Amino acid sequence: MNYNINKKGYYGEFGGAFIPEMLYPNVEELRQNYLKVMAEPDFQKEFNQLLKDYVGRPSPLYFAKRLSKKYNTKVYLKREDLNHTGAHKVNNTIGQILMAKRLGKSRIIAETGAGQHGVATATVCALMGLECIVYMGEIDIARQAPNVARMKMLGATVVPATSGSKTLKDATNEAIRDWINNPVNTHYIIGSAIGPHPYPDMVTKFQSVISEEIKWQLKEKEGKEDPDYVVACIGGGSNAAGTYYHFLDNNNVGIIAIEAAGKGIHSAESAATSVLGKEGIIHGCKTLLMQTNDGQITEPYSISAGLDYPGVGPLHAHLYKTGRAEFYSATDKEAMQAGLELTKLEGIIPAIETSHALAIFEYKKFKADDIVVISLSGRGDKDLETYIKHFNL
Amino acid sequence: MNRINKKLQENKKLLSIYFTAGYPNLNDTATIIQNLEKSGVGMIEIGLPFSDPLADGPTIQASSTQALKNGMTTKVLFNQLQDIRKSVSIPLIIMGYFNPMLQYGVEAFCKKCQEIGIDGLIIPDLPVDVYHDKYKSIFEKHGLINVFLITPQTSDERIRYIDSVSNGFIYMVSSASTTGAQLGFGEEQTSYFKRIADMNLHNPQIVGFGISNHETFKQATQYAKGAIIGSAFVKFIKNSPLSDIKSFMRSIIG
Repeated sequence: MNYNINKKGYYGEFGGAFIPEMLYPNVEELRQNYLKVMAEPDFQKEFNQLLKDYVGRPSPLYFAKRLSKKYNTKVYLKREDLNHTGAHKVNNTIGQILMAKRLGKSRIIAETGAGQHGVATATVCALMGLECIVYMGEIDIARQAPNVARMKMLGATVVPATSGSKTLKDATNEAIRDWINNPVNTHYIIGSAIGPHPYPDMVTKFQSVISEEIKWQLKEKEGKEDPDYVVACIGGGSNAAGTYYHFLDNNNVGIIAIEAAGKGIHSAESAATSVLGKEGIIHGCKTLLMQTNDGQITEPYSISAGLDYPGVGPLHAHLYKTGRAEFYSATDKEAMQAGLELTKLEGIIPAIETSHALAIFEYKKFKADDIVVISLSGRGDKDLETYIKHFNL
Repeated sequence: MNRINKKLQENKKLLSIYFTAGYPNLNDTATIIQNLEKSGVGMIEIGLPFSDPLADGPTIQASSTQALKNGMTTKVLFNQLQDIRKSVSIPLIIMGYFNPMLQYGVEAFCKKCQEIGIDGLIIPDLPVDVYHDKYKSIFEKHGLINVFLITPQTSDERIRYIDSVSNGFIYMVSSASTTGAQLGFGEEQTSYFKRIADMNLHNPQIVGFGISNHETFKQATQYAKGAIIGSAFVKFIKNSPLSDIKSFMRSIIG
């Protein structure tokens, strides 16, 4: 089985570029150039230098002793939460801003849900001195005030998406519309492994630094490169794609994905796309998405804004369909509990997105000598208010 | 011969109207179509509403959201159109995004269109190469013309390719924009219209996006075969009784 993207931009039957003709020149320009640009030595050099000196990579691979003891297995945490701006998102925005510069773009647009990708984009725009416009659902703006303030401090213009359900899906629609209206000078930094080809592949490749580091870090600690399992939470799936990437072709490494079950998979307030979704088209790619029988895209729900997306990236749809990855989903409650547990056992407050990945122990029993690497995709500072409310702190 | 091809052979400029099915009220569809034909409209694009219409501006977005709230679905639309050919003879096109068609089943969708007497489809997010590889034979089997868009940014080479895959007309998007975006045409548009006219394509071109009144209609049809009005009409029926459609059309055609 092949888990790489093919020439036409598909992972198996998922992917492609289902875009209006108005977007064709922008997407085509990117498609023709992205691999070439990424392979250029000076691009590589600048990308790696910034990851090291600005983001703070490599991020540690931390052996979680007390968590391991509790679940009687060997748990390593890949500390993406220690990156500048507090999550894995910045790996991709650094890559894409360098791409945009090489393509001669002067204006950057992005969508954001919780605001993490918006902050990561505003950050690299400040770093490079480029104009930055972030689309964010009106409802999300109201519930993520600190991140809105951060983006503004960084010089970005935050534009409320007032159409549809006024959340991430609609912010993405608005960003796409902006790109249609500004086809020449603008680059759209998509924040997840979604969108028309080549976005899922480009984002995956920028995030693949996560699994690249896991390999040599594990070699140092365990004397072997490959863990028994890699575990990540999935909304659109960029941290998961980066965590899995270098292990996809090695069937000895189990791949585990955790989606957000919200208030329960069948509660009608859920974001468990692999269970509730059907094949279809969302934001320019063919993948699994939550929709009505009539093909209207439905509104997901999760306590975590970063997982609150009605689709998954096409790579993940392929991993699900082929059985390469095991998919689970954790409810709000299970995730919050797992986040609290990590805090108490290891002194790390995780982002609520990440807490979903930590809830894997509810669902799967690992062997004592299994090496389980969990992507600690983000830190929980942004989520304090939700934690406070949930636990009456 | 398909009604669209036949219409395009007529020696006059064509006015085509887009409206969102199910808006302002769920069951206005047939009445709007009948009124449009009576008002001298040459062709109609019936919009199948979608939850996430990427290529559309605020007016059509809002009408789509409302139409879905009113209860519009693919099945409901087909039911409303079941007997439309008893009263209407101008070409009818369904315009919508690909996902609802995919969920209905592309073959079943095309078959139903043929039964009803739909002449063509416009699907902005179905790329020409995917259509060509996967769906062309199905569309043709059911006598449907598929219409593709070009924009000022589309390269000559790609326009030639789109022309070679098309068998009705080419939908010329007037500027780099979503629907309903602008107020008038400037020099940039005129030179684009001229450039395309000079390419002597096999398929006639019809201009859409940004046409809202007599002046823009005239400018657009100076070089092209016809023009499409969408957002301006959707705005009009929001605030006016359907019986006023005739006077709206008169103000456009002049």
